[in-house]
Amino acid sequence: MQPRKIIRNREIVSDTFTYVTDASQLPASGDIIVDLPVWKEHKTALLNHNGKIGVQLPGDAEPEEIAEDLPKLAVVAIHFSVFRDGRGYSLARILRQRFGFDGELRATGDVLRDQLFYLQRCGFDAFDTRPDRCIQEALKGLSDFTVTYQADANEKRPIYQRRPT
Amino acid sequence: MYIYTEYDQKLLNERVAQFRSQTERFLKGDLTSEEFLPLRLQNGLYVQRHAPMLRIAVPYGMLDSAKLRVLGEIARDFDKGYAHFSTRQNVQFNWPELAQVPDILAKLATVQMHGIQTSGNCIRNTTTDQFAGVARDEIEDPRPWCEIIRQWSTFHPEFAFLPRKFKIAVNAAADDRAAIKFHDIGVQIVKNAQGETGFSIWVGGGLGRTPIVAEEITGFLPPRYLLSYLEAIVRVYNRYGRRDNKYKARIKILVKALGIDAFREKVEAEWQHMKDTEMDLPEAEISRMKGFFREPAYAQLQDNPPVFADARKSSPGFDNWVRRNCTAHKKPGYMAVTLSLKATAVAPGDVSTDDLFAIADLADRFSFGEVRSTHNQNVVMADVRQDQLFDLWQQLKALGFATANIGYLTDITCCPGGDFCSLANAKSIPIAEQIQRRFDDLDYLYDLGEIELNISGCMNACGHHHIGTIGILGVDKKGEEFYQISLGGNSGTNAKIGQIVGPSFGEADVADVIAKIIDVYVEKRIEGEDFQSTFERVGLAPFKEKVYAAA
Repeated sequence: MQPRKIIRNREIVSDTFTYVTDASQLPASGDIIVDLPVWKEHKTALLNHNGKIGVQLPGDAEPEEIAEDLPKLAVVAIHFSVFRDGRGYSLARILRQRFGFDGELRATGDVLRDQLFYLQRCGFDAFDTRPDRCIQEALKGLSDFTVTYQADANEKRPIYQRRPT
Repeated sequence: MYIYTEYDQKLLNERVAQFRSQTERFLKGDLTSEEFLPLRLQNGLYVQRHAPMLRIAVPYGMLDSAKLRVLGEIARDFDKGYAHFSTRQNVQFNWPELAQVPDILAKLATVQMHGIQTSGNCIRNTTTDQFAGVARDEIEDPRPWCEIIRQWSTFHPEFAFLPRKFKIAVNAAADDRAAIKFHDIGVQIVKNAQGETGFSIWVGGGLGRTPIVAEEITGFLPPRYLLSYLEAIVRVYNRYGRRDNKYKARIKILVKALGIDAFREKVEAEWQHMKDTEMDLPEAEISRMKGFFREPAYAQLQDNPPVFADARKSSPGFDNWVRRNCTAHKKPGYMAVTLSLKATAVAPGDVSTDDLFAIADLADRFSFGEVRSTHNQNVVMADVRQDQLFDLWQQLKALGFATANIGYLTDITCCPGGDFCSLANAKSIPIAEQIQRRFDDLDYLYDLGEIELNISGCMNACGHHHIGTIGILGVDKKGEEFYQISLGGNSGTNAKIGQIVGPSFGEADVADVIAKIIDVYVEKRIEGEDFQSTFERVGLAPFKEKVYAAA
């Protein structure tokens, strides 16, 4: 089987991570992204896992649920059950800007080209786009705009702090 | 008026390109209808009863003659020769072809116009007082603040997929002419005890299925914090607003569920992380924005010049129009003129291509090339010299925009209703016409005094029926159209939701019922008392008795 492709740092790359939603399916080694309940229950064991660790959160998670663990995580994934659910956008900004998470922040689930530009501005740097859609096409979504008004996760200054005086 | 910088124009051009690509991908089948839906909505494009409907943003109601001409050309080239002014100061086209929408947007972009965020679950067009900048009772011009909010809310990356739509209104006058207490966020410009200008912020108001008057979340916010505070409110709403039921998804439901105090706590906690950061508005930015709304080159004039006073004496029609449709101006020798788009038998808010061109020409000649759209679906020329009013009046009369009914019963605010809108349960435009025909005696209308009559064709309340002195709501009963009537609503400082009179009426009876309601008012009023005051004094009972009395 071909390794799954994702977008990371604006490039299409093979993903080394496996998603684990159920503790009984934890592999002995290799990079894994586990769902939040699995993480909470098996945190101590997972910290000794042979491979990189990520945790996947639903959009309505409270950032405090994971805040203390952030330095230990290579990836935080935020899952979009449907692309119209905007809660993950706020959660992403809070993790990046308030809690200073600097690992990979990945959007998973119903992730589509036309949302990527906004997602990127909220701090996502990796996108596991929907498998039935062309990922090359999705990549273009990151370049829809070259100008923005607001502060965001990558640019602390809103337009009015960026204008030459 | 705000003039786009190169930066603003670039953003708009990139949006046009983006939407062109999205439309092409949809037409090719690469985007499903469900996926295209929020994308097209965030560009103001609905799929309606007969054809798509395209809503164009008119930021806080400001238009100039160049924009009016382009709207006229679009109406001519892509529509059936007319445009419609909506109840949120926007403009709608009812007959564009989907495949042509990218071209329409490209044309709009040439005059700094667009359909961005005129629909969808995002922050919508910010609205304000149509007399902004010229009103005598205003603390300061609200429009720089509206433009600051417009830029902040345009393509805000975090708030494109809110639980539901989100509307912000700004008012700067003592009188609330922007209905701020019926918006998701209402911003009132105030002065504190030290004489400093700031904002009181109201949250959780709205109409629709569950009409609610907003509550105050903060009484005095220093100007530099405006955007951080708004961002904190919207973030709390985005995270905690209900998403399981679209009828309970507006911020008003969240504010009610938590209570204003608990809601405020959440907002303030969020805000602590945002205030005193780069988000603070620098003085330089505030003055830059104010610079776009400087006074036009007013002449030094006296009020009531002889040529104006004489014309009023010799022409009762002119004098009457001045009294009804012209508003006092902060500058001596000027007045603000409201063009009535409410002539009988014309759908409220509809304007033809030729008339759009004509209004543009008149704006250039009489009012520094600018006009404003109002939430009552009229058009205002804000800066007309009193010594030129007679001229303007004659021109407007010839065009049919001088009906002297502003603020009276026939100045009806009315959604497009069942004739156009696919959400509507009932028609609204023919009801407006029925009432206008019934009350065709202007002297009688003036005797009745100010009465706001609002008609909505469904619960979504685009015609703002809850806040009309008289409100009419279309309902569907087993496939037949009926109309429910409410009384005593008020959109202003004394904000109130109208009370429903009782069971609804058949389409043919609406004007008769309104006539009976008016009769009760005339019978019960005390010298000088307007409808609203009489209603508040006598209550619903006498009205109810009369309209349901056996014939």
